[in-house]
Amino acid sequence: MKQDIILAGVGGQGILSIAHVIDNAALKEGLNFKQAEVHGMAQRGGAVQSHLRLSSEPIFSDLIPKGSADMILSVEPLESLRYFDYLDPEGIVVTSSSPFVNIPNYPEIDEVLSQVLSVPKNIIVDSAALAQEAGFSRAQNMVMLGAASPHLILKEENLKEFIRALFQARGDKVVDINLKAFDLGRDASSKKR
Amino acid sequence: MEQEILLGDEAVALGAIHGGLSGGYSYPGTPASEIMEYLIRAAQKSQAFRASWSVNEKVALEEALGVSYAGKRALVSMKHVGLNVAADPFMNAAITGANGGLVVVVADDPGMHSSQNEQDSRYYAQFSQIFCFEPSNHQEAYDMTREAFDVSERLGLPVMIRMVTRLAHSRSRVQIKTPKAQNSLHYGDGKDWTLLPVNARRRFKLLTEKQKELIRESDASEFNSLHLNRKNTELGVISSGIAYNYVLENFQKNEERPSLLKVTTYPLPEGLIAKLVDHVETILVVEEGYPFIERNLRGMFGLCEKEVRGKLSGHLPMTGELSPEVVRHGLEMEPLSRRHISDFPLAGRPPQLCQGCGHRDAYDALNRALVSYPESNVFSDIGCYTLGALPPYNAIQSCVCMGASVSMAKGGAEAGVHPAVAVIGDSTFAHSGLTPLLDAAAVDTDMTVIILDNATVAMTGGQPSYASGEKLIRIIEGLGVSKDHIRTIIPLPKNLETNIQVIKEELDHKGLSVVIAARECVQQARKKRGS
Repeated sequence: MKQDIILAGVGGQGILSIAHVIDNAALKEGLNFKQAEVHGMAQRGGAVQSHLRLSSEPIFSDLIPKGSADMILSVEPLESLRYFDYLDPEGIVVTSSSPFVNIPNYPEIDEVLSQVLSVPKNIIVDSAALAQEAGFSRAQNMVMLGAASPHLILKEENLKEFIRALFQARGDKVVDINLKAFDLGRDASSKKR
Repeated sequence: MEQEILLGDEAVALGAIHGGLSGGYSYPGTPASEIMEYLIRAAQKSQAFRASWSVNEKVALEEALGVSYAGKRALVSMKHVGLNVAADPFMNAAITGANGGLVVVVADDPGMHSSQNEQDSRYYAQFSQIFCFEPSNHQEAYDMTREAFDVSERLGLPVMIRMVTRLAHSRSRVQIKTPKAQNSLHYGDGKDWTLLPVNARRRFKLLTEKQKELIRESDASEFNSLHLNRKNTELGVISSGIAYNYVLENFQKNEERPSLLKVTTYPLPEGLIAKLVDHVETILVVEEGYPFIERNLRGMFGLCEKEVRGKLSGHLPMTGELSPEVVRHGLEMEPLSRRHISDFPLAGRPPQLCQGCGHRDAYDALNRALVSYPESNVFSDIGCYTLGALPPYNAIQSCVCMGASVSMAKGGAEAGVHPAVAVIGDSTFAHSGLTPLLDAAAVDTDMTVIILDNATVAMTGGQPSYASGEKLIRIIEGLGVSKDHIRTIIPLPKNLETNIQVIKEELDHKGLSVVIAARECVQQARKKRGS
């Protein structure tokens, strides 16, 4: 059993929080994992990605080989496209439809989404609207984790346990908002199946 | 057995703590910063050892050397270019030798994710003739660091640990072992540590004589492994550090693997290499960084009747970072099937200065002030503000190494550049900007230094700055800059016109002037507010 995931987004969108939750859930389920992330200069509002590998077998490379990612999970639609050459031909793209525009030449959003739709298995979720609905605009990362969750090899209860652990220090209200964001993402994703 | 999720950098830090560390020192730099971040958090919790940021890497290494002299175990960590700054004590520590275990962790950045070059620190280990470990995974990063202190004391020499970005910034599980106790105080022999020629000649001879022992240590290391495929005598692979993983990634099943030597220690394990070379016709060397092993193996004339492949032969690229697919290509295997990529134009998303960052306002003011000086040149430095090189600012014309903005502006001014402007951050100034400013003040060079004082080391995550605020002003005065030409501005949009005016006045001053643009980093301010 293995799952190779490319996490994508823009620096500051919280993709490392998604990785943190998945890493800990994987550890709890007795899986091996390696998760390569980007620090330093790129984190300043640039394109960021993390290679996250889960497996019941030993994992060698920290990087996912091109052509073998089972999932691209992106908090931003343009960013999901950047890693298409990593995707296994059978792989799934789970992406937000909410553009993060901090560059002057951002393409037409419809064209970006039509690229995502060209992948046979795709889930597109309006993470900005759902994060608002959950009560915190910056919870888009947890919306997207929820949207990916039906397709992850990890149990939902374990993911939720580590969402709680991650936000606990900031109070029950923050925990509840993030759990709600996760649920809204999951439900939106399930409806599209 | 207890296990933890750790970054490669954190595995090094915990390995050091469990190896009996008494003192850790560092200057922030990607991809090494998280080693000291972890040590400082752990030291604050346990109060059992010292861990602190130093003003630069040279100072950090000398502090660690002092701990070693006192018989205790010390670690110093830095990014690869930091070792250039610390090269003086680094080279000489191989001559004094180590008393308490001394471990120098250097994190290289192949692919230049956040650096200005791809220099390979293994050459420094060879240059100084010390032992070096190169871990291939998190467990080894932990185990080797823990062990490196013992090796250092056994050999009486500093030991290097060479990390690379992909391991430093990857997370995985690590099995934790029983911590070792710290050493007690026992001074080194003053005659070994006083490098007068009479002592240094004796110590250098000893160092060269020890090299055979280092090679034996390398050959016997449990971290190296040799697998000989009896059915295949054509191809053998030598791979080091994380490059080993990329080879295995392409041979998931044990029985598919060619003969394979995993190298994680330097000087090279000559006995193991000889066994592999004897067994095969063609040797592919897969290593992250420069072709260090390949060049050593090939020598000037190559191996008799054997083919050596690698970066020099063109089987692998000379520049950039390795990956599973790059190594697959080097192994002459078919690429994995991938999705067809459309030609949809992907707009790039380069890093940029944060919204609300004071550097934006400082560059706005500087650019506007320089409009009437078409011959001006802005020399800059290492930090977030280097992003001022990109649109929309296009505000700087150089970024070379820590502190070079001030020295280059002085050289430029003396060559006739006018106005010659230096732009440097407060921590970079503390690291390497004071000495060139002392130089410029001594002769009152006609140049303007702009110090962007955001009170932190921002790019690497907000470590403390040692020359900020009032202290910064007093330092500049102490270096000999005239008080009349030390000006402070607050880089905010509402102050734009005033700031342009101040900068213009100092550009027009015939002599040295310093303009401090003081405003707290927005990321740090946000952290303080807890949002």
